[in-house]
Amino acid sequence: MSVYTSLEFFWFTAFVLLITGYAVLDGFDLGVGMLHLFSKKDVERRLMLNSIGPVWDGNEVWLVTAGGALFAGFPDVYATLCSAFYLPVMLLLSGLIFRAVAIEFRSKQPMAWWRWMWDVFFSFASFLIAFILGLIMGNLIAGIPLDHTKEFAGTAADIFSPYALLIGLFTTALFTMHGAIYLMMKTEGELHERLRGFVNPTIIAFIILYAITTIATLIYMPHMIDNIRDRPYFFLVALLNIFAIANIPRCIHLGYDGRAFISSALNIICLLALYAIGTYPEVVRASNAPDTLSLTIYNSASSIKTLKILFLMALIGIPLVVSYTIGIYWIFKGKVKLDSRSY
Amino acid sequence: MEVEILARLQFALTIMFHYIYPPLSIGLGLVMVIVEALYLKTREARYLQMAKFWTKIFALTFAMGVATGIVMEFEFGTNWSTYSRYVGDVFGSALAAEGVFAFMLESGFLAILLFGWDRVGPKLHFFATLMVALGAHFSAIWIVVANAWMQTPAGFHIVGEGLTARAEITDFWGMVFNPSSMVRLGHTLVGAWLAGAFLVISIASYYLLKNKYVEFAKTSLKIGLGVALVSVFLQLWLGDQSARIAAAHQPAKIAAFEAQYKTQKGAPLTVLGYVDTKNQKLVGIEIPKLLSFLLFGDSDAEVKGLDQFPEKDWPNVQAVFQTYHLMIATWGLMFITIIMALWMWYRGTLFQRRWFLGWMVLSVLLPQIGNQAGWVSAEMGRYPWIVYNLLRISDGLSKAVTANQILGSIILFGLVYFFLFILFIYLLNEKIKHGPDDKEKEQASPYHQLDQIAEELK
Repeated sequence: MSVYTSLEFFWFTAFVLLITGYAVLDGFDLGVGMLHLFSKKDVERRLMLNSIGPVWDGNEVWLVTAGGALFAGFPDVYATLCSAFYLPVMLLLSGLIFRAVAIEFRSKQPMAWWRWMWDVFFSFASFLIAFILGLIMGNLIAGIPLDHTKEFAGTAADIFSPYALLIGLFTTALFTMHGAIYLMMKTEGELHERLRGFVNPTIIAFIILYAITTIATLIYMPHMIDNIRDRPYFFLVALLNIFAIANIPRCIHLGYDGRAFISSALNIICLLALYAIGTYPEVVRASNAPDTLSLTIYNSASSIKTLKILFLMALIGIPLVVSYTIGIYWIFKGKVKLDSRSY
Repeated sequence: MEVEILARLQFALTIMFHYIYPPLSIGLGLVMVIVEALYLKTREARYLQMAKFWTKIFALTFAMGVATGIVMEFEFGTNWSTYSRYVGDVFGSALAAEGVFAFMLESGFLAILLFGWDRVGPKLHFFATLMVALGAHFSAIWIVVANAWMQTPAGFHIVGEGLTARAEITDFWGMVFNPSSMVRLGHTLVGAWLAGAFLVISIASYYLLKNKYVEFAKTSLKIGLGVALVSVFLQLWLGDQSARIAAAHQPAKIAAFEAQYKTQKGAPLTVLGYVDTKNQKLVGIEIPKLLSFLLFGDSDAEVKGLDQFPEKDWPNVQAVFQTYHLMIATWGLMFITIIMALWMWYRGTLFQRRWFLGWMVLSVLLPQIGNQAGWVSAEMGRYPWIVYNLLRISDGLSKAVTANQILGSIILFGLVYFFLFILFIYLLNEKIKHGPDDKEKEQASPYHQLDQIAEELK
């Protein structure tokens, strides 16, 4: 059986698809959150908030489902990750709680201090979530010390390495740009013009961090390019990524907001594809002894029987989820307007 | 040891706080489906108004459920990583099914439910309501199946030994339909219906007491009492079944529920009592032979006592006995409340009896207390096993996590949840006070006219 037809490979792909779905969807609403404080007028803030109003909750579910998928398919990875990243996971969870609460509560009272307080929570929590997700991602690329029982063998300080912090920053820049482009697509009139002023700095910040991250990865994480060197056709993903990024400022300049958003989504898809190609078959790399102690998709997977069940579940479930997600976005398409049921 | 206590405490705190909300969502989901079906059938404006009002309350409980539920999803891995490795093959697939089939359905269609009144027709809206309610019920299915598997494991075999041992599925449907799963599921869902129905009863009674929105309140009360009446009878049967299954598969648990220290034939049922744990005696009001009869259909059947099990493996008998009986007591009070309300309504005196309306406002707490107490006894009764007769709680912990980390996160969640609970009550109160009227429909927000002032205050 070839690698590409193994069940472990299939479920790893499904997991990567789920986090990609999460990053593309929740990415823009986290970005909107981070940009929230940059707009000063209440009505503008409400417009921005309501552009993600009907969908942010559903977007978050992708993360929950990805967590479940990891637990089911790779229990060892799930167990090692959650206990190794104890502090970041706890902060991530409180960020998610505060963000949800802030969205629900900010517009319930008219007082300026009330709205400002929740706005700060909303924005800061969005930043925290994006940053921690990036931090964890950075650690997955760089690896963490593991012992022979697959347990984390380092200290909290190991998690906050410069490379992981860089990926954290990179992720916040990525989502901020994605959110700014989403807002362009969903707004009109004066706000739309003002947002134009937001978009370019976010694109520039992203491109700078993209360059730094690429260089840092090539120099310090050479294992990330082994698979691409072995299978040169994967280089096309990197090329596609560059073209997608280049297409963003072009579309913004020409006023094609929708196409800019598609390019931005494609950028995220390519980045996660490069991550998955680079780390495969390791999911949690052991920085102390990568060749013997790493958790790969083969030594940490569930039994073949369970993977078969999961395969069937994904086969039935994912088309359903994708079709009604598209349906719901279709119902709420068009520019955002405020009404009696808005946040 | 300290890590074990703290990890258990944290799990208890987070799951109990979480479990305030999903039952309300499940119960209100059912109520919304009924109300919208009535609207589709009659096209009367009052049902539309009701659907909108209960949807708003639902949205609040749902948001709280999601926010606190995400914590649960990752807590298995953070605090119980050895357990996660051990059960992942079995438990994980139930959790993944929950994500794919339940949460996605629920949260996706909720968007239409809340924001789609003007964007889709009433039929599609009803379909969305149905999907949300179904999603809420599905989410209960998978998590209860997973929990039931921990109580009465089936459809698996153990692979490996010592540190690398784990349970692997051999028969998926055997795992799903393990001995206790379907009865537990029914018991849990009906408990959730009671939670939703009594919230409706409580809010409707409040309006009647205040003499506000009287027509709305009467119709809501009728639906609430209807759902509650059916549920309370179903629960009698399901509770009985649940105890019988526990007696067959987890005798130590039933012995602790009823504080039966000694194995005996013709065991009595204690209605109300106190466990003298020092002398291993139960003091209280007893009905002779009833326990044997209820569990085995034979008043002389033998009920196994705790003396059949090593003392170090006993659950906390006092706590388990009291919470179990508290659950039963809340059932009794709910039953009496419903019957009295229906009787008074039939006699036409219900709306004048202010004390009784006041009691019905408070009665929202009954199913909440019952649900929490029932789960506490079910989970504490499994002690010392995290997976019954397979894995001990003390062996399921995370090896890489220290007591300080857990303590820190308990404090963090304690503060966050305290704050969250105050906000929930505050917002619920706001929505109830605002009532079902949708007068400000044309305005941008309920506080539209104040936006200007808010601007100037900056």
